[in-house]
Amino acid sequence: MKNSRRTFIKLAGIAAAGLAVAPKKALASEGHAPVKPNSTAIHAEHWAMVIDTTKLHTAEAIDKLAGVCHHIHNVPHIEGKQEVKWLWHDTYAHTFPEQENPHLAEEVHERVFPLLCNHCENPPCVRVCPTKATFQRPDGIVAMDYHRCIGCRYCMAGCPYGSRSFNWGEPRLGLDLEKLNPEFPTRMRGVVEKCNFCVERLAVGKEPACVEASEGAMHFGDLKDPDSEVRKVLREKFTIRRKPSAGTEPSVYYII
Amino acid sequence: MLELALKGSKRYYGWIAFLLVLIAIGFAAYVNQLTVGLKTTGMSRDVSWGFYISQLTYLVGLAASGVMIVLPNYFHSYKTNKHMVIFGEFMAIAACVMCLLFVIVDIGQPQRMMNMVFHPTPNSILFWDMIVINGYLFLNLLCGWTCLQADRQHLPHPKWVKPFIYTSIIWAFSIHTVTAFLYQGLPGRHYWLTAILAARFLASAFCAGPAILVLVLLVTEKVTTFKMPKNALSTLVKIIMYAMCINMFFFLLEVFTAFYSNIPGHMHPLLYLFEHASTGLVTLMWTFVVFAAISITLLVTPRLRNNLKLLPWTLAMLIIATWLDKGLGLLIGGFNPTPFDTITPYWPTGKELLVSMMIYSIGALIVTVLFKIATEVKEEVGHSQKLPCGCSSEDTCVCSSEDDCGCVSEEAAAEA
Repeated sequence: MKNSRRTFIKLAGIAAAGLAVAPKKALASEGHAPVKPNSTAIHAEHWAMVIDTTKLHTAEAIDKLAGVCHHIHNVPHIEGKQEVKWLWHDTYAHTFPEQENPHLAEEVHERVFPLLCNHCENPPCVRVCPTKATFQRPDGIVAMDYHRCIGCRYCMAGCPYGSRSFNWGEPRLGLDLEKLNPEFPTRMRGVVEKCNFCVERLAVGKEPACVEASEGAMHFGDLKDPDSEVRKVLREKFTIRRKPSAGTEPSVYYII
Repeated sequence: MLELALKGSKRYYGWIAFLLVLIAIGFAAYVNQLTVGLKTTGMSRDVSWGFYISQLTYLVGLAASGVMIVLPNYFHSYKTNKHMVIFGEFMAIAACVMCLLFVIVDIGQPQRMMNMVFHPTPNSILFWDMIVINGYLFLNLLCGWTCLQADRQHLPHPKWVKPFIYTSIIWAFSIHTVTAFLYQGLPGRHYWLTAILAARFLASAFCAGPAILVLVLLVTEKVTTFKMPKNALSTLVKIIMYAMCINMFFFLLEVFTAFYSNIPGHMHPLLYLFEHASTGLVTLMWTFVVFAAISITLLVTPRLRNNLKLLPWTLAMLIIATWLDKGLGLLIGGFNPTPFDTITPYWPTGKELLVSMMIYSIGALIVTVLFKIATEVKEEVGHSQKLPCGCSSEDTCVCSSEDDCGCVSEEAAAEA
């Protein structure tokens, strides 16, 4: 009895001390995120990309861009059908399966096309994700929280473009640990990953790595701003998007 | 009542020990999968769901099947089914547990699975599937256990359990509808993108599920004193017949829509499954068609349907056919052709099959224990017991001689 009273008084004392300190702490974190946005970050109402396939249409050129992308994002190199890829190339028939015709200009038919996440306006992957690990940012970019993902792969079934990869095994085994990019995290096994439109570069005022390396064959900008570069290009050139029938409204446009 | 599961013959314990060995072997494969990741499976970037999810799809049908006994009993006062209800409910419990386990072994980060609860996401059908399967499991545990306990004490079933039973009947339809929605609303997966998918799921569930249940009960009859009432069995077989006919009719509707419309996206999965896939898969898909046709023929012919010697074979064929259609073809055809109009073949690996074996063994263990309890209680209170002439004590029965089974259907008894 005596003992427990003593314990109670002790605990009450600690609690009182805590109360005296707590309000300060609570005020400090109230309302605002503890990190400030970078002052050099670039913003858009809706980010979009236009790819000029008259300039960028060889496997070598696209693989070079994929190499840059995969290097800065620590995308593992895995052979076979369990591979992980953010940016890759494929033929016209595979890129636009519903928009093929047998009499297409030979030159167009022989081109290869860069493929990446379309950052759709109505992303099915976001709709089906049961944990909000895949989410759409206010600027339209479809992003992934690799720590929230439970690896159910519903988003992969939902994506009509095959733009998502799953880490079937340990991804770090497919990385050259000497050449890691220390500025971007690696992933663990059992999570889905995909192209993120280089949100980490936009946050420090840089364009996506593939756009920067494309030497003018890719344009990036604000789709909602009539004066932006992408809108200028879209006005001047005829463009198509992948699988319009799926109704996902991709934010990646191809100049043919 | 759990103590009833602890006393049993050598054969009973031998069977349990056998199942435990299978579970242990499968568990070793699962531990391996946990340590190296899902790369032990045959799944790929293009076929991102495989054997595990297709088993979940098939087993929700088994879970929903019990309702085909429960519904006539409660909605139509078809009292012949009364003493079979418990088996439908207990089967549903095992099926729900297997479904949940198949989801758990399929996810890449199982230790994060509570994220689905911590961050509830109503726009995801997987969230609703979790709700309906867990809900159905709970409802069946509650109703089954409460009613069996009341039976054992020779008491009427408590009134408060009634609303839960009616809810569980409606709920049974929901678990299959929601699981179909899991597939149904995905753009770019033409084989699944069809409004009739939920209806197809229900039809296949209501034939395959009761068929499995009847087979398990036939085994139960062999090893216990329980005997299915003749009328209840023949009603159930008729339900299986109608559901299978509807199931295949729905499948033909899909074939018509695909080929008459001539839309490539809709034709390609069917052409792939029945023509262009690897020889093994094409053979299996045609086996499905042939077995479905044979089982329908055997079921719609009254003489063959009522032949109890033939019935197990008919049902086995029906189960194989529906499994090939829904438990294998549906999934592979949904992912192939891929979004790039290419083909990435999928076939489960040995480890995937071992893990699945573990879950099926757990299901069999649950069924064994629960059916043991139910049959023991039935023996104690004298429900549905085997009579010397091979009838059930629930049948209107005239046991005149040993070899002449005097079971009379209710209508015949009423006429007499």
